[in-house]
Amino acid sequence: MTKFTLNGQSVTVAAEPDTPLLWVIRDSLGLTGTKFGCGIGLCGACTVHSDGQAIRSCITTLRDVAGARITTIEGLDPAHAHPVQKAWGHLQVPQCGYCQSGQIMQAVALIGRFPVPSDADIDALMVGNLCRCMTYARIRAAIKEAALEMGA
Amino acid sequence: MTKLNAITVSRRGFMIMGSATGLIAGFIQPALAGWDPMGAETRAKPSFDPTLWYSIDASGIVTVNIIRAEMGQHVGTAIARILADELEVDWAQVRIDHVDTDPKWGLMVTGGSWSVWQSFPIYSQAGAAGRVALIEAGALMLGLTAADCTAQAGSVLGGGKSVSYAEIVTKGLTRSFTVDELAAMPIKPAADRRLIGQPVTALDVAGKINGSTVYGIDAKVEGMVYARPLLPPTRLGAVATAADDSGAKGVKGYLSSLILNDPSGTVPGWVMVMADSYPAALKASARVKVTWTPGPTAAVDEAQIQDRARALIADPAAGALLDTGGGDTAAAFAAAASTIEQTYTTATVLHFQMEPLNALAFEVDGVMQIHTGNQWQSLILPQLAVALGRDESKVVMRTYPMGGGFGRRLNGDYAIPAALAAQALGRPVKMILTRDDDARFDSVRSPSVQTLRMAFDASGAVTGMEHHAAAGWPTQVMATFFMPKGVNGEAYDPFAISGADHWYEVGALKVRALSNDLANATFRPGWLRSVGPGWTNWALESFMDQAAAHVGADPLAFRLGLLTGAGRNAGVTANDKGGALRQAAVLQQAATKSGWGTPLPDGTARGIATSFGQERGMPTWVACVAEVAVDITTGQVRVQKLTLVTDAGSIIDPDSALAQTEGAALWGLSMALYEGTEFVAGEVRDTNLNTYSPLRMGDQPVLDISFVDSTEVPVGLGEPATTVIAPAIANAIFAATGARVTHLPITPAAVLAAMAP
Repeated sequence: MTKFTLNGQSVTVAAEPDTPLLWVIRDSLGLTGTKFGCGIGLCGACTVHSDGQAIRSCITTLRDVAGARITTIEGLDPAHAHPVQKAWGHLQVPQCGYCQSGQIMQAVALIGRFPVPSDADIDALMVGNLCRCMTYARIRAAIKEAALEMGA
Repeated sequence: MTKLNAITVSRRGFMIMGSATGLIAGFIQPALAGWDPMGAETRAKPSFDPTLWYSIDASGIVTVNIIRAEMGQHVGTAIARILADELEVDWAQVRIDHVDTDPKWGLMVTGGSWSVWQSFPIYSQAGAAGRVALIEAGALMLGLTAADCTAQAGSVLGGGKSVSYAEIVTKGLTRSFTVDELAAMPIKPAADRRLIGQPVTALDVAGKINGSTVYGIDAKVEGMVYARPLLPPTRLGAVATAADDSGAKGVKGYLSSLILNDPSGTVPGWVMVMADSYPAALKASARVKVTWTPGPTAAVDEAQIQDRARALIADPAAGALLDTGGGDTAAAFAAAASTIEQTYTTATVLHFQMEPLNALAFEVDGVMQIHTGNQWQSLILPQLAVALGRDESKVVMRTYPMGGGFGRRLNGDYAIPAALAAQALGRPVKMILTRDDDARFDSVRSPSVQTLRMAFDASGAVTGMEHHAAAGWPTQVMATFFMPKGVNGEAYDPFAISGADHWYEVGALKVRALSNDLANATFRPGWLRSVGPGWTNWALESFMDQAAAHVGADPLAFRLGLLTGAGRNAGVTANDKGGALRQAAVLQQAATKSGWGTPLPDGTARGIATSFGQERGMPTWVACVAEVAVDITTGQVRVQKLTLVTDAGSIIDPDSALAQTEGAALWGLSMALYEGTEFVAGEVRDTNLNTYSPLRMGDQPVLDISFVDSTEVPVGLGEPATTVIAPAIANAIFAATGARVTHLPITPAAVLAAMAP
């Protein structure tokens, strides 16, 4: 039994402690907004927050997050209206959308660290999130728009 | 403790997922209904169904049936806008429904950049038919004649009065239309369009921002087991002779391993490892030892495949000759004052769509249901029927939004192992490929070899041209019924040669398409975003620059001189109206916007390229100028700016058109500089992101993308911008350094080698 907090609620999971957090979230806990992409932490589709830090849930085990505060795309904002999500909608960032939960979670963490992100900051912190539809220009614009609103 | 609690599985639906924590947000709609990105709604009765393509219910809600699959192009939104504009309804009243594979829908395919082009006349006519019928019925209710009434925003207006569509439908009307009547429907003139060409928020965006969109990989059903396949060492011809799972039996949750017997021959040598969770299936699969007899291509590598292509090109009797309007190239070359020749190659490319292949299969009332993302349901259903030994009416596919298609899911081969396992086990099977499995099982873009020749007279005018292209042929391997015959009677894959049959006036033109049999035997060649033009236009537009250099002409001026719009290049149908002159126009506009001819710093230069898109019958006219900096000491190429101008006729959804062009252009850039793998011992060398490196944030240049303002027939946008990027970059490298690169991807080493004296 492993206990942690998921989107503000305490959960106890019976899965093996070496189970990747990704599958615990998706299959044991049923929140499928977090996606499986590469399995080796190099595409970013599985990005969630652990105690506010962006982590790759496909290479994080259940054991690693015992007692941690995990946030997924579903729990980012109760009304799904986090400034980053609003900017994503306003600029119609998603195409296929599969990577976008991870992009959004990474972007929220980025703005937390760099409230006024430069292009270099965005390049450095978003390079690990692959978008196969190549929506990069819109992701960049949406990060800047959201940062502006969050700083206002 | 948290566990999966199965909820009801009914005939209609099969939603599951409950949990002790109450966290569950997931919900799967009824299996036999379609996918509505705005959530399931109950339609108010009665309803009016003037055609197959939509209904209007008693509350005035219009539900548009979409047979095209959603994979990022916002296709349902564009098609619904076409219909709603013609029907004269408020956009807020419109819903979309992505339907299942009922035979009534006819051919179901989402590819070729065809969706909007093919849908436009159908949904325009269907919308007009509804409008006509509602005006007739509304006029009666208002005590007027139809001629005295008009339709606007979901109401019929006349004589200062109005009646809403909802009221008309509630009162009841039935009206059906023959095919001839539909074809004769009065379609609005472009000036009266209210929705087409106007900004809109795509209907599928919201769910992709809050995590609620249910992709194929998210589909679940009560009692399902998870499967991870073990793939044989060759894509074709392998036999699994034994599977020893003694090592897996200690893995908690492991169930069984199954050697698949596939009468369709789609997945020879596959073994499915099943468990009660996907992590358990992964863990167990690493402990199952399979003995395989590999197929005959176990030792094939990329160089052998390309050598075979060169041998085919060297054999004058091989291949299919396209109808290029006649002309004797042999005579043109014999009489030429000068000639040039160049061979171009491209490496194997992976689709690497973000969502690894997966499928959920289970039987309900004797019908095998397959829940997955798919682009060509009509192609795989007959194969599923053969594989399962059952009638096609006993197989149905439900298409989910895809985490990327890019052509990979035109080939639905991945549905078959899931269905075979579900049938053998008698219970639902959810198969998920790992990323490495997905890459090994990819229907890759075939490597290619092309040789081009051009003949000139004494004045430097072009008098003849030949284009010989050899590659693996997806359509030959998977859809032979789609293959036309060449003028020499040989069938060919149109998607593997399109692009070579260009709109330039070059005198005699010979285009020869060659099927690389070794490629076809080693892997299943795939349709990958832009397909044949992805390599043919690389060769053609690089070669046009070489031809311009040969005669000492400016690359832009040389091309414009050949795009005269004469003869077969005039354009005669509604689709290709204007012909080569529209291609010349986008070239000129892109050049002007990019500052063509104005000075740049040393080591930096512009290159130009153009395309007519995916096929002559549906030309999308595109031109691109790439501004490129080359480091002559390292060979590093940095693309600073891409200027693109596209003439795609009427633009339905401007923001989606822009998004598709952005994505297509960056795919072109990614394949030009960053991607590419090769076959080693019968399989692709690169299977994950540790060695395969698509374009990332920070790699993208400035994009200047614009569209020609047009009311012509709307044509495709998903692919055409892909094909101009690589040649524009190569031509810029040549302009900057005098070095001509001839292989994709372009590596720094290749640039340095080409610069060497």
